Amino acid sequence: MKYFTILWANLRRKKLRTILTIGSFAVALFLFGILAVVRGAFSQGVDVAGADRLVIINKIAIIQPLPLSYQARILQIPGVKEVTFANWFGGYYQDERNFFANFAIDVDTWRSVYTEYVMPEEQWKAFAEDREGCVIGEGLAERFGWKIGDRIPMKGTIFTGTWEFNVRAIYKGKRLQDDVNSMWFQWKYFDERKEFQKGLIGWFTLRVKDPDEAVQVARTIDETFANSPYETKAETEKTFAASWVKQMGNIEFLILSIGSVVFFTLLLVTGNTMAIAVRERTRELAVLKAVGYSDVTLLLLILSESLIIAVLGGGVGLALAKAFTLRGDPTGGLLPFFFLQGNAIWTGLALALAIGAISGLAPAVSATRLRVVDALRRV
Amino acid sequence: MVRVDGGSNGQSLIRMRGVDKKYVRGSEELHVLQGLNLDVEQGDFVAFMGPSGSGKSTLLNLLGGLDTPSAGSILVGGEDITQLSARELTAWRARHVGFVFQMYNLIPVLTAQQNVELPLLLTKLSKSERRRHVEAALSLVGLPDRMSHYPGQLSGGQAQRTAIARAIVTDPSFLLCDEPTGDLDRKSAHEIMDLISDLSKEYGKTVLMVTHDPLAAEHADVVLHLDKGVLVEASRVGGP
Repeated sequence: MKYFTILWANLRRKKLRTILTIGSFAVALFLFGILAVVRGAFSQGVDVAGADRLVIINKIAIIQPLPLSYQARILQIPGVKEVTFANWFGGYYQDERNFFANFAIDVDTWRSVYTEYVMPEEQWKAFAEDREGCVIGEGLAERFGWKIGDRIPMKGTIFTGTWEFNVRAIYKGKRLQDDVNSMWFQWKYFDERKEFQKGLIGWFTLRVKDPDEAVQVARTIDETFANSPYETKAETEKTFAASWVKQMGNIEFLILSIGSVVFFTLLLVTGNTMAIAVRERTRELAVLKAVGYSDVTLLLLILSESLIIAVLGGGVGLALAKAFTLRGDPTGGLLPFFFLQGNAIWTGLALALAIGAISGLAPAVSATRLRVVDALRRV
Repeated sequence: MVRVDGGSNGQSLIRMRGVDKKYVRGSEELHVLQGLNLDVEQGDFVAFMGPSGSGKSTLLNLLGGLDTPSAGSILVGGEDITQLSARELTAWRARHVGFVFQMYNLIPVLTAQQNVELPLLLTKLSKSERRRHVEAALSLVGLPDRMSHYPGQLSGGQAQRTAIARAIVTDPSFLLCDEPTGDLDRKSAHEIMDLISDLSKEYGKTVLMVTHDPLAAEHADVVLHLDKGVLVEASRVGGP
């Protein structure tokens, strides 16, 4: 700490340059934060997928339905614990831009499979007793200002017409990353009212007794319904979510590419800045060596300077990214999980520190190699 | 008593024996110092004079442990500094040498107090102890009211006083002054030389000074002349 005076004075030596360098870090880390948020939003389904859950869809495509009658047969397959089902509705509220996930669910079995969603018991009971009732996530409630008792008109896209629902329950996720931006309503009401695909559902989700047997159970299910009019494709929820993400393209590669270019550029910029900053101080460094400052002390002083810039800039960038995400999903529902996670913040800070260290290392080492006699001779 | 003949002197603080310094530039070998002998006692004030390129600064660099000789030995307080590693030499400089440069070499972004404190940061002194030492040093050079001034806010003479305060704040074994008045007007130069003289005479500091200025050299006890790498005694002020 006793060297802080020197560090602080050096940082204030060229204020504009220091601010611009900190700004470079801030911009890069802000971008990193946003990329991490987007990546998290796309992979959220993969990350939160239950290890003991399987998703069963029509083998042809997810938009093709499956018979409700499969539920009882699936339950008889060894290793299956609970089975529920749902159907994509695809409606919107007032404007198509107000997109959010909404689907019909089986009231009797839904909560036994999706245990991560919680709400007051009386609310769930009220929902179960109201054919036109619906459950909304707290994120959705906040977004549209909905509350219990509100009547929500939804415009159907696949199942046309205006569908009105009464908000009977608001659910939360047990974990921060659980999706709280969906709307559920009763499949029975949905099946009665829809004009086609009667008795058919969108997909099944089941829980297995032993996660280690999940793959075997999935194989058995597919074999059971092989050569039927509705062949199935059963896979773990994680695999299902991952393949869903893949349909959007190689997001991971895209984000890594952009991130790498940004950080490499940042490294060049800060490396050059630090090199100039140290070169300008050659004579002062020589004086410090003359009065007894060791090579290690000088190395640490220069590296610390670089690291302070990195931490300040990185901190500002990540704080801005966090503030940006606090405003919620800017895409209007495409990325419901728009959240900068703690591990992304720590990774960002670690990256900033690494770049700070690398960019400060070369000038710091050159300072230690400085010959006092030669440096003092230069004017 | 300062001697350059290599004669035995048991009281020497600094003892150089047969010191050579050569530089190789391309195919050419420059023999800057040749077989120098020097004995300096505690409290001596020695001025080195000579034409440009005569090796004055090289000699000062060797005495200050900033450079190493091609041959010979340099003993300071009985310790042969030519045998020290670069790391040991750095630590040795912090303990034993106070440098005063022609261009002051203060750090412009630090106040006078912070500049003077720089060598003390290497010690185990507490913050309050460091502050006391800095105040004492700045008072000694006549700048107790310039603690919070930056070098850019000081006159040349004040900046050099600050540099002298930095040199003496750790109470080193000796001071090395390289043209301390070279960048000052006559009045300031005179004041600086009075100050350095006081440090030698009143506080018993050993001072080794390189100068081109005969008036500055007059303040020294002994003036030694360097010519073509050889040291000869030019005059002894008030001595035998």
